[in-house]
Amino acid sequence: MPVLEVKNIKKSFGKTEVLKDIGFSLEKGEVLSIIGSSGSGKTTLLRCLNFLETADEGSISVNGKVIFDASAEKKLTEAEISENRLHFGLVFQSFNLFPQYNVLENITLAPTLLKRGTPEQIKEEALALIERVGLSEKIENYPCQLSGGQQQRVAIARALAMKPDILCFDEPTSALDPELTGEVLKVIRDLKSSDSTMIVVTHEMEFARSVSDKVIFMADGVIEEMGTPKEVFENPKSLKTKNFLNKVD
Amino acid sequence: MTFQQVALSLAEGFLENCRLFIETLLFSIPLGLIISFGSMSKFKPLSMLIKVIVWCIRGTPLMLQLFVVFYVPGLVFGVPMRNRMLAALVAFVINYACYFSEIFRGGIESISKGQYEAGQVLGLSKSQIFFKIILLQVTKRIMPPMSNEIITLVKDTSLARVIAVSEILLAAERFAGKGLIWPLFFTGVYFLVFCGGLTLLFGYIEKKMSYFN
Repeated sequence: MPVLEVKNIKKSFGKTEVLKDIGFSLEKGEVLSIIGSSGSGKTTLLRCLNFLETADEGSISVNGKVIFDASAEKKLTEAEISENRLHFGLVFQSFNLFPQYNVLENITLAPTLLKRGTPEQIKEEALALIERVGLSEKIENYPCQLSGGQQQRVAIARALAMKPDILCFDEPTSALDPELTGEVLKVIRDLKSSDSTMIVVTHEMEFARSVSDKVIFMADGVIEEMGTPKEVFENPKSLKTKNFLNKVD
Repeated sequence: MTFQQVALSLAEGFLENCRLFIETLLFSIPLGLIISFGSMSKFKPLSMLIKVIVWCIRGTPLMLQLFVVFYVPGLVFGVPMRNRMLAALVAFVINYACYFSEIFRGGIESISKGQYEAGQVLGLSKSQIFFKIILLQVTKRIMPPMSNEIITLVKDTSLARVIAVSEILLAAERFAGKGLIWPLFFTGVYFLVFCGGLTLLFGYIEKKMSYFN
């Protein structure tokens, strides 16, 4: 059974159709990269999965359970949305750490407020996550004292603390200086080896090629091409994909 | 009249100013927060109504509002306002709540959408996001304009004199009536000391919150 099944997602902003009939599925432990030029709908798709936008049509199922269905008569309540979105974690392009909390507090805040264990358990797990992203020496630092790459690693740990089934990354390295992208990509690579299911919207083609099990190329709100990295990068069938890959290489 | 007698009498008057100051803050800050939520409401009729009210309050003199609160209940409804201090407090709370609400609105709207979204994707509720994530960041940002308003409030409390609240300037005027003019100028010392203390306090709070940005 796929861990994630997305069917017929459509989304418009006013008269602009941003997503036109998007569907795909993901197995547990798979890494999916979504590539495509700006404005192709990649970020909107991630935002629909995380309930930051509500899709106009289509459905989303996690582990066989429908968590969103636009055709359902009953609208989801605030609490149900909060509950459902916990299947997903999201790492933002601009980190969005909470500036008034230090590294440890940023990670423990949500598990503590949502009572995901005793304070000791939560702290212990947070420390393990901080170690995993290589920031054990920074637990008491505030976000303004960290580099962009370090902030993004904290953001990854923060998302992992809620133990999402699927972790989404929205262009995680786009706001970073080139010399800092490596440390963030390395953390994501390490997560793959620990069997996390991930969706990565990225402009890092080399990274997408080497780390993903599946690649989706999006253009104008549709999935133009989907397949293994080998298929998409080495034998693209669609002309749009070919043009895009030629431009970025 | 000795200096001590005058100073004591003025201090009694200033105590009324302090009372009005503290009670105004106590009520106008929460009310201002409620008004700011109203003005940001997605329900248009509510936000329009709030905007009109804020316009009226900010667009007319506080002195006029004092007269309205003090005289209108008696003149229009036949229930004269007996408690002058209460009338002053009501006028001050409404007036300052409106000013504060605009500062709060500006502060809240200046927080990036990403802060709310980060809270949302972690499964937090709207009130958790507001109280645990947004509020402290807003507080930090609004400290400079708030200290301005609060220091203005200290001096505005003297306006209560127009409805004969026995505050410090009214006390000084009584001395002036008896031919003793220096107490009128001496009232400035009380205000200077009080505002000096507040300035130090706000400086301390701003420094306390300088660890993040």
